[in-house]
Order: sequence, then C-alpha cells, then structure tokens
Amino acid sequence: MSAQLQVDKVTVSFDGFRALNDLTLHLEAGELRCIVGPNGAGKTTLMDIITGKTRPDVGTVTFEGKDITRFAEHEIVALGIGRKFQRPTVFPGHTVFENLELTSHGPKGVFKMLFARLTADQRQAIEKTLELIGLTDHATRLAGLLSHGQKQWLEIGMLLIQQPKLLLVDEPVAGMTQQEIERTEEILSGLAGAHTVVVVEHDMDFVRSIAQKVTVLHEGSVLAEGQMSDVQNDPKVVEVYLGA
Amino acid sequence: MSPAKPTKAVPTLAGFAAARPLHWNSWVAGVVCLVVGVIIPVLNVGPSPRSAFHISDFFVTLVGKLTCYGIVAVAMDLVWGYAGVLSLCHAVFFALGGYAMGMYLMRAIGTEGNYRSLLPDFMVFLDWKELPWYWEGFNRFGFAMAMALIVPGVVAFIFGFFAFRSRIGGVYFSIVTQALTYAAMLLFFRNATGFGGNNGLTDFKRILGYPLREPSTRAALCAITGLALGLTYALCRYIIGSRAGRVMTAMRDAEAKVRFSGYDPVAYKLFAWTVSAMLCGLAGALYVPQVGIINPSEMQPSSSVEIAIWVAVGGRGTLAGAILGAFLVNGAKSWLTVAFPTAWLYFLGVLFVVVTLVVPGGIVESFSGLLKGGGFLTKYFGGLGVKRAAAGPETAAAAPVSTGGPGVGEEQEQP
Repeated sequence: MSAQLQVDKVTVSFDGFRALNDLTLHLEAGELRCIVGPNGAGKTTLMDIITGKTRPDVGTVTFEGKDITRFAEHEIVALGIGRKFQRPTVFPGHTVFENLELTSHGPKGVFKMLFARLTADQRQAIEKTLELIGLTDHATRLAGLLSHGQKQWLEIGMLLIQQPKLLLVDEPVAGMTQQEIERTEEILSGLAGAHTVVVVEHDMDFVRSIAQKVTVLHEGSVLAEGQMSDVQNDPKVVEVYLGA
Repeated sequence: MSPAKPTKAVPTLAGFAAARPLHWNSWVAGVVCLVVGVIIPVLNVGPSPRSAFHISDFFVTLVGKLTCYGIVAVAMDLVWGYAGVLSLCHAVFFALGGYAMGMYLMRAIGTEGNYRSLLPDFMVFLDWKELPWYWEGFNRFGFAMAMALIVPGVVAFIFGFFAFRSRIGGVYFSIVTQALTYAAMLLFFRNATGFGGNNGLTDFKRILGYPLREPSTRAALCAITGLALGLTYALCRYIIGSRAGRVMTAMRDAEAKVRFSGYDPVAYKLFAWTVSAMLCGLAGALYVPQVGIINPSEMQPSSSVEIAIWVAVGGRGTLAGAILGAFLVNGAKSWLTVAFPTAWLYFLGVLFVVVTLVVPGGIVESFSGLLKGGGFLTKYFGGLGVKRAAAGPETAAAAPVSTGGPGVGEEQEQP
C-alpha cells in the first residue's frame, strides 16, 4: 500500500540556506505522527511545503496518489489537508460561530457563497464542534476577544470542521496550561484513525504521551524515525536534541 | 445569516464591529435616499419659487452631484472597508462611466452643435471626417448605459486579475492603482485618443429628448441618483451580509488564514473590486448630465485619493458612514472653495489629520460612541493607543489587526 502523503526528496533553499535537504517523509492514512527537532530543523518549512505555502526547489509532494507540488493553497485545502498555525490565527472581527461557519466544509466559490445559507448539516457540525472545543457559551463573542487558549481551541475547531483527511498541527500546546494540554492530547489522539494527524511540537512530554511514531528532523533532513522509545535512545538523536 | 449571529455591536471594537450591521446604518442610508430621491426634487418642482419650501435649482444640482459621490464612496467602502483593498484609481472608473454617458450626450446633440455637424464639435475642430469606430453605438442610450457599467468593470477585472493573482497587496497595490490613474489621465488628455482631449465632452443639450437645462429634468436626474444610491447601498449591504461578505472581511483581517480555509482570495477580491468599479461607472454616468461636463481632470490622481478621504472621514466599513463622509467633505468643499478659495486644501488636510488621530473609525464611530452613552472623551483617550496603530488610512490597506491578537499578521504574505 502506498502512503497517503509522500514527500519525496524535497529540497528548499532560502538565499542559499537549505531549510530542507533531500527530505523524504511518508505518512500512512490514519496515523498520528509527531515531528520533532531543534529550532531551524525545517519543521515549519516542511508544513509550508505540504500546504503549498512554499514551493520546493527539487522533489515532489504526493497526496493520495496526486502530485500536489504545484497546487495553490486553497486547492490543497480542498483535497483535505488542513493546517493549524503555530500562533493562533482566527478571524478577530468575526464571532466564534462565524469563524467556524467560515471554515465549514462545503463550496467555497464566491458566487456560491453570495447566496449560500448554512445547511442543517453544517449547522449541526458547527454546534458539535463548539461543544468539542468547549466554546458553546462563547459562540456569539468576537474571536478577537478570546483568550490565548480559547483562540487555540477555536483554531483547532476551525480545522476539524473542514473535515480534513490530513491534519497538520504546529505546536498545539504552546502557551497552554497543563489542563489545556491534557484536553488537547485527548482531542488529537481521538482524531487519529479517522484522520491522519501530524503534530509538530517542542514539548517532549506531550510528544511522549501522544506519539505512536516520531520523526526527528535535523538540519533539513530526517535524522531518525520510529517508535518514541527507540528514537529516544538513538545516540544521534540524543546528541542533537533530546540529550540537550 | 445565522440565528447565532449577534445583533448587538461591540463598542470596544468599533473598527471591527463596523463589519456587522449597525441598526441605524440602513436608516441613515434610507433617509438620505428619501431626501435626495423624493423630498428635494419634489420641493424643487412643486412649490412656486417664492415659497419658503422651494428648493433652488442650484441646490438640486449640488445635491445630485454629492449623491453621485455618495455612490462612489459606498463602492469604495465595499472594496476598502470590507475587502481590505485600498484603491487609488476609483476616479478612473467613475470617469469611464462618465465618458460613456458623455459620449451618448454628445451624440444626442445631433446637428445643434456650433458647427452644425453630425459629428461632435471637437471632432470637427480637429478636422476629423468620420466618427471613430469606438464611438459607434453611443447614439443609443441603452448601449451607452451598458458601457458605463461594462467598461469600468472590464478594466477593473483585467487589472485586478493580474494584480491579485500576483499577490500584490497593501500599499503596493495602492501605488500601482495610482499609476494606473495617472496613465489613464494622460491617455485621455491626448486629442488623438478621441474623447475631446483636455476639454473633454461638454455643451450637452438633452438626455432622452429632455432638455438638460430644464429644472424638471434636473430634478428627475437628482431623484434617479437618489434611487441609485439606495440600490447601491442595498446591493453592498447584501454582499457584506452574505457569507461571501464574511469571507471578504475575514480576508481583510487574516488573508493567509482565509487561503488555508480553502478560499481563493483572488476570486473574492476580484468580485468586490469589479462590482465596486461598476458602481463607480454608474455614479459617473449619473454625474455627467447633472454637471454638464466630463474631462480628464476627473481622473487626476488626487481625485482618487479624495475618495479614500471621504470614506475615512465617514468611517470605514460602515457604508452609511461612507455616504455621510462623501456629503460632508464635498459639501464643505463646495462651500469653502467659494468662501475661502485658497484655504480649501489646508482645511482638507487638517480634517484628515484630525479624523485619523481623534476618530480613526470616522465620524460614524464617534456618533455611535455618543449614542451608546460612552463619553466621547473617555472613548477618545481610552481607545487612542490601540486604535491609532490600526486605523491610520495608510496602514489600513494592510488590514487592521491590532486587536486580532498576535500572530494575525504573522502568516501574511510571504515575499
């Protein structure tokens, strides 16, 4: 079986600096993968490549057998790849409900949206998501007024409601309280299986508690890959990252 | 329109709250349309000139003109206040609509011109023997009206398509539009372009057979303009109230996020931009028969900047505020250019600076602040620090993000 997402031999340079260097990464459908690595290892650039924000100099990205290397961001989203940014990015001038409405699954063309009403399914999905992320009581508040943690929640909700097949989550627990972190673990672990989930995270405790499989990046390439316990004991990994 | 949508605006976020309809916004627009569309024309035509209720012909024409500017301001607000695209070439779209109407009016003169020729006077003067091909069809009113909408629409679409697709945004986009304005003006200044050079098109006689000198024709034009403003407002209100409108405002606040939500910002910007340009064309077409002339000075780069000032003064992202801003600034201009001809530009400059500093949300924001009982001064001093960063018209093109938390600007355009 070929992998759901295949990043093959990708190289990206910014002004001579190789952010990614001949990187290959394969993801199976339904897996929960953590990507770790020191600063500058290329974690965020990898996300950028997969979501079309950055184009690779060399190499290809294939999703479900389709070459998406040159696709625009919104086309990649339409294929079912959702991304959560490192810092919470919500629409500050819209209410929480509207934020979810904006990201709802459905047609996204301007003429369709001009006359579109929320379908019963969409409304139900929004209400379900509100409950899941615990913001039901805040549905009519402007998202710009939410606290940092609540914005993180909302953004995860905005991702979920797109019903993506592949979820890319960049540092989901940064700045969260312990309680919030535990809730995030639950959500992300619950998603794996039905969705493929990729988590980029610095917090090793968090990674340890959720990861089935870990990929360690270093200087733009894969340094090690495997079960957390194996990777943790890999001398190379210990040297560049975990041991520090 | 979801039931869960809040109905009350949040005063602390005036700039953003403006994105959701304020109750009295449509009232203001409605009253303006009623006054311009019905009351003023009726009081002009009805009571005898001696009556205290009579409104002078001069005033009717002035109001008609201001209302055309009001349409432009609403169109500008759609694309700037809601979609976050600051255009500095709306005067071109306005003038293109005006020229389309002017061409019809020139053709409608028939042989009554100074040279008693079927050709427009300026062509006789230039010793042209026949009508250029692009003047064909403009003897028909319907065709000319269609062109008044289509030409600005097509120009805007083509220009916008390449600009938005290349992700030219913010200040850069504004600068490019300003360059377009200048190029268009130079083009229309040339005699060889075929639109009357720097004199433009003028000396019109009648529209659809009605003499333009007749006060009743002018009153009717004023009424139609009032109606057009109402329809423009209703259209724009519908657009921003639709889900597409919410995508537009979201795009203004966090474009990258909109892209990662599966929307193509190019399509949304292009839509708002083209609709806005067409509305400007409509305004231009209504403007020309009322003022009796269209020439390239309407395309001056400064005219486009002034449009942005009307909207900023009135209140970006409110529609009704844009109408009020257009009336206020242009009304003041009509008065001040007569009363203090040399001081007008100083006044405009001071007004702009004061509005930017004191009420960055425009006069509408200060009104709504008063209405909500929040002390105006408290509001001013309380909100200044936050809002100044966001709402300066120069920075506004880059979308106001001050209250959007950190990170909103973070994932904006990559170089």
